[in-house]
Amino acid sequence: MNHADLADHFNKDEPRVDWHDKTLWYIREKRDKAAWQTPDWELLRSTASQIKNNVLSNLHPYLLQFEKKAQQNGVTVHWASTPEEHNQIVYSIIQKHGVANIVKSKSMLTEECHLNAYLSNRGIDVVDTDLGERIVQLAGEPPSHIVLPCIHWRKEEIGELFHKHLGTPKGNADPQFLTAAAREHLRQRFMTSKVAITGVNFGVAETGEIVVCTNEGNADLGVQLADVHIACMGIEKIIPQRKHLGVFLRLLARSATGQPITTYSSHFRKPRDGQDMHIVLVDNGRSERLASDDFRNALKCIRCGACFNTCPVYRRSGGHSYHTAVAGPIGSILAPGLDMKQHADLPFASTLCGSCTNVCPVKIDIHDQLFKWRQVIVQKGYTSTSKKVGMKLMTFVLSNPSVYKIAGATARWFRKYFPVVVNNRFNLWYKQREMPLAPKGSFSDWYKQNRKA
Amino acid sequence: MKVGLFVPCYIDQFYPQVAIATLALLERHGVDVVYPKKQTCCGQPMANSGFEHLTQSCNDLFIENFSTFDYIVSPSGSCTLHIKDHLHVTGMEQESKFIRDKVKELTEFLTDVLEVKSLKAKFPHKVGLHQSCHGQRGLKLAQMSELVAPGFSKSESLLTMVEGLQLISLNRKDECCGFGGTFCVTEEAVSVKMGKDRVADHTQQGAEYITGSDMSCLMHLEGILRRQKAKTKTIHIAEILNSSQ
Amino acid sequence: MSSREKILATVQANQPNDSPLPELHFSVGEDNHVDRFKTVLSGIGGNVVEVADRNQIHEFIKLNFSESKRIVNTIPDLAAVSGIHAFENDPHRLEDVDLAILQGHFGVAENGAIWITEDRMGDRALPFITQHLALVIDKKEIVPNLHEAYFRLDTSAHQFGTFIAGPSKTADIEQSLVLGAHGPKSLLVFLIGQ
Repeated sequence: MNHADLADHFNKDEPRVDWHDKTLWYIREKRDKAAWQTPDWELLRSTASQIKNNVLSNLHPYLLQFEKKAQQNGVTVHWASTPEEHNQIVYSIIQKHGVANIVKSKSMLTEECHLNAYLSNRGIDVVDTDLGERIVQLAGEPPSHIVLPCIHWRKEEIGELFHKHLGTPKGNADPQFLTAAAREHLRQRFMTSKVAITGVNFGVAETGEIVVCTNEGNADLGVQLADVHIACMGIEKIIPQRKHLGVFLRLLARSATGQPITTYSSHFRKPRDGQDMHIVLVDNGRSERLASDDFRNALKCIRCGACFNTCPVYRRSGGHSYHTAVAGPIGSILAPGLDMKQHADLPFASTLCGSCTNVCPVKIDIHDQLFKWRQVIVQKGYTSTSKKVGMKLMTFVLSNPSVYKIAGATARWFRKYFPVVVNNRFNLWYKQREMPLAPKGSFSDWYKQNRKA
Repeated sequence: MKVGLFVPCYIDQFYPQVAIATLALLERHGVDVVYPKKQTCCGQPMANSGFEHLTQSCNDLFIENFSTFDYIVSPSGSCTLHIKDHLHVTGMEQESKFIRDKVKELTEFLTDVLEVKSLKAKFPHKVGLHQSCHGQRGLKLAQMSELVAPGFSKSESLLTMVEGLQLISLNRKDECCGFGGTFCVTEEAVSVKMGKDRVADHTQQGAEYITGSDMSCLMHLEGILRRQKAKTKTIHIAEILNSSQ
Repeated sequence: MSSREKILATVQANQPNDSPLPELHFSVGEDNHVDRFKTVLSGIGGNVVEVADRNQIHEFIKLNFSESKRIVNTIPDLAAVSGIHAFENDPHRLEDVDLAILQGHFGVAENGAIWITEDRMGDRALPFITQHLALVIDKKEIVPNLHEAYFRLDTSAHQFGTFIAGPSKTADIEQSLVLGAHGPKSLLVFLIGQ
């Protein structure tokens, strides 16, 4: 199913769309408030953008430096070209330690690689410990937002879910109560899991350390109680020096939710005594995208989700309409690069309003890339025949002044005398909107009659 | 100063009054305006649908029609932006650049080139201003709410010069209306929902008219308003600025 | 060719021409840093208590945490509170800690965060596994923003360190803010000094 069909389905419940839209808009407003309270906000954005440009243009030496430093710190560094390879590496580490149940904190990369399914098919029980992720995991769904995984769930529905899976009282939808129940339920799991998987927000080339940001403390609790820490990282998550964290940590949480910083910003440099620490570096098309002048900038993304919150289309269609791990505007310029056939519809799920580009903390030209992807997708043939024919016809009409005038007059004539030709159920415009009224003549006609030739 | 009037195809065919008002408004300010008769379309519908490679003939035609003017003025932010960003004809790079530099949206022309400080216009109604995205974020016709930067709005400044006009304030000052070109039919559900939400923002504040510099946005909002049998009407800003004393 | 070699070769071939690193020049703001720190930290759910000296910390704990079954303190000057814990390199044994009292390095005014490293945690798990957390910092040790913070950390050879800004929290259930997710349910910050 494509975005348009899924979004159409999402819009069948208008009150729910209103709720989803208003909730996410409120988060956009919190971002605005935080931005206005931060001196030099726009300078921070352009600095972050320049730092990331430098990273992309020096990714080779930075990756080598990062690997060397991490290894010197006692960390084992792995490299995976594909999602399958990433999953195999993670699985083999878990197998080596003879473990069957593990905890995982939020990592969109592991979603991209479909790690959970891979592991559970091999008898490993993975529990996602971020509350939002745990909720969608219990529900058997992927997250719908990269920062707010269950933003599409109402508290009554979560209450039902917890009643079913955690035994909380039926009808209890109190967030405080439900969160406390999740705390208890997951604490047991933290105490018994010997392997903890985390994502990586930033990998510092200068020191080989990785930074993981959470509000819940789940990444830290998981790692500190485990014997093995596996950190999964996209190769583009590198930043050059520790001091650059100042720039990115000032932007990340404010862009995401309007908070000045997440509760925990943990810098993991060396594993603790007796602990095994692994970093799995993943490519999955990133090194290829690096070559493209048009699409390279998408690699600057720090996964803050600000573009999701500001996107009027995302707010009214929901993350699941994008049928890809990372949804929203950034997802729409990443996914076609991963699988054009599957995701050819995504760059068209936009009005090109440009809001996303202007909230992006690293100044990715998202809406320009959406436009450019549309050209690529059509050139590669991932567009319907009817659309191709329609466009060729439109081109013919619009490049011939006399044909254009006749076509216009004809359209107006039909609109006036046979409105049913356009006012019918085959005309998608007409489903919920009236057609424009037909004036007597075109402006061209008026000009000919009222101004000298 | 000679100005070429660039009339978007859908205004030519369905909203000629907007072009008439634009012409009259410019002439009232002493501008010598010429309407090249062989113009058709800027090519945006094809380009935004991924068919930019088909727009060469539209580009050729545009240069043929508009290369001899001091400025090219259009009552449309999105068409102006499209020309500004995408007009390139191989072998005619100089002419292309000349046009890209000289094409102006109407309110931009009135504010930046003519530097209009007063208008003899009267429109005693409650009006909501819809800030169309391409004009706002693309042409910088107004500050966008995403940026931490001083506020300004060329159309709003012009509207404050109109006697009796009461500008309402909106909940979401610059959210997209949902038209988006072919998006309006390929993603009909979301497009209409966005339009309905925009309309509600205006009607809830008591707007009698919704105005803006893009007839495409207004056409979409008007379609929704008329289906709702609402009292609120849409009107292009050129018609307000050109309204009689 | 291994994946490592393949990835590195592709990256090297595809990376664009050098884009230089920018200088970092950011303004600090004019607020009183201590006041700002207090306001921001309270705003994110932390509890700030100003004390003249460590004795006052002792008094406060005695008064407000009398019900706590297990208090672990890693600050030598506060030995009177609960003795100094002997960590056995088994974080699981800390599961029933009610309150942990740790010494932070410094605070950051713009976001209410406190930097603390492993050497002051006793055990890396302690700041996260405890039900309630108390951090002690000197009022003089509050920097205006993260740039200043990283300037201080420039050559820090910490093996594990973290910025802690408030109690653990989540808003995953319909954006309702709940303090106390998986980490501590509350954060108490003692600001020592005049």
